[in-house]
Amino acid sequence: MSWKIKALKKSPWVFHVNTGACNNCDIEIVNCLTPKFDVERLGIKLVGSPRHADALLVTGVVTAQAAPRLREVYRQTPKPCAVFCIGACACATGIFNSGYHVVGPVDKIIRELDPNAIIAYVPGCPPKPEAIISGVVQALSAI
Amino acid sequence: MTEALTDIFWVLIFPGFLFTGIVGLVASYIVRKVSALVQWRVGPPVRQPLTDILKLLGKETLIPEEANRPVFMAAPLVGFAGVLLLSTLLWVTAFWPDKAFVGDIIVAIYLMVLPSLALILGSSASASPHAAIGTSREMKLVLGYELPLVLAIIVVIIKSGGQLSLAAIAQQAPVLSISGMLAFLVSILCIQAKLGFIPFDMAEAETELGSGVYMEYSGGLLAVWKLMQAIMLVALPMFIVTVFMGGFGASGLPLVWGILKYVLVLVLVILIKNTNPRVRIDHAMKFFWVYCGLILFIAVCLATIGSAWNINWL
Repeated sequence: MSWKIKALKKSPWVFHVNTGACNNCDIEIVNCLTPKFDVERLGIKLVGSPRHADALLVTGVVTAQAAPRLREVYRQTPKPCAVFCIGACACATGIFNSGYHVVGPVDKIIRELDPNAIIAYVPGCPPKPEAIISGVVQALSAI
Repeated sequence: MTEALTDIFWVLIFPGFLFTGIVGLVASYIVRKVSALVQWRVGPPVRQPLTDILKLLGKETLIPEEANRPVFMAAPLVGFAGVLLLSTLLWVTAFWPDKAFVGDIIVAIYLMVLPSLALILGSSASASPHAAIGTSREMKLVLGYELPLVLAIIVVIIKSGGQLSLAAIAQQAPVLSISGMLAFLVSILCIQAKLGFIPFDMAEAETELGSGVYMEYSGGLLAVWKLMQAIMLVALPMFIVTVFMGGFGASGLPLVWGILKYVLVLVLVILIKNTNPRVRIDHAMKFFWVYCGLILFIAVCLATIGSAWNINWL
């Protein structure tokens, strides 16, 4: 395994994108980053700019207004990067399935842009912080 | 010829890039570990700062379309070169004091400005509104803390009897006198602002979900900025130790004592970082110019009186 991937697995910097979520998953993500769960020991750090990020934590079913912005954020994330769909809405539109504003789950939007994207799913409504950490660690060890 | 090779060895390997880089990454680890312990958590492993830099080197470098490419790419290198030269200067003063030259404290002062100047240039070359706000904040902050820093160094120069050479200044410990202690405390806060630590990190993280000045940097260029920050963690506290606390020794007990002094300054900076909120930029400027300026004015007067009438504890 190349040194780039090895270093990426030990130091994944995350950027949080909300594409129209009800905020529950966002609250759980922010809970995850508090001292109680201490994700800094895994090298995970919340960064303020997608250009610094290695992993996008995307919440929310992608609304029509958020779709072009999600594409732009994904393009601004330097590759190699991973996309984590957090929550039932991001994985497969959840309870908003037949809404008029729903463009699609996150992976549909990302795969239109980049068919080779690395996408991982953390289901739950909302997923517990332990589930989010477990999902991130499992996805990183599978790369 | 061998003179030039020795100089290159000094700048690149021994007390220069490689050695200071390693010490800087260890200092960066100490900052994160102490912050974690203060927050009752475990914190990252020792290799974490190095892993961060390696990871950033492996990512692609994205440059915004409207950015000014030459300035955008040259700015991190200029800042890095400045801080590298500063740390080499300080190590040379510590280990080979006979190589120090008169006026090197002035060289140190203007080398210390270079990283902040490079940051201002680089972020204004980014063509991003968030970075522009960060740039204006960084400019105001630099205007704010440069004055107290230079006044504090003037206090030290007065107390050392008008010497302008770092090796001669490092013979005394001005912190043991009243004016020296006041100048020492103010310069710790100026170092805090220069390192971009809370309570003065409004340039970087104020536009909190935007990373401010570093916003458009990615990949290798961001790795250079991070390495520059790590080396600043070595150079700036070492400057404080050399100027205020009696410097480093070359070997033996004075060297151990010097390392303990450096760790003391570093831990002070970390504890201030972890126990304070971020201040607004206008509060910061008022703090530096009005309150710190007043304290240092008193310190300069005390130092002048002390050196005129030979009272050492003033």
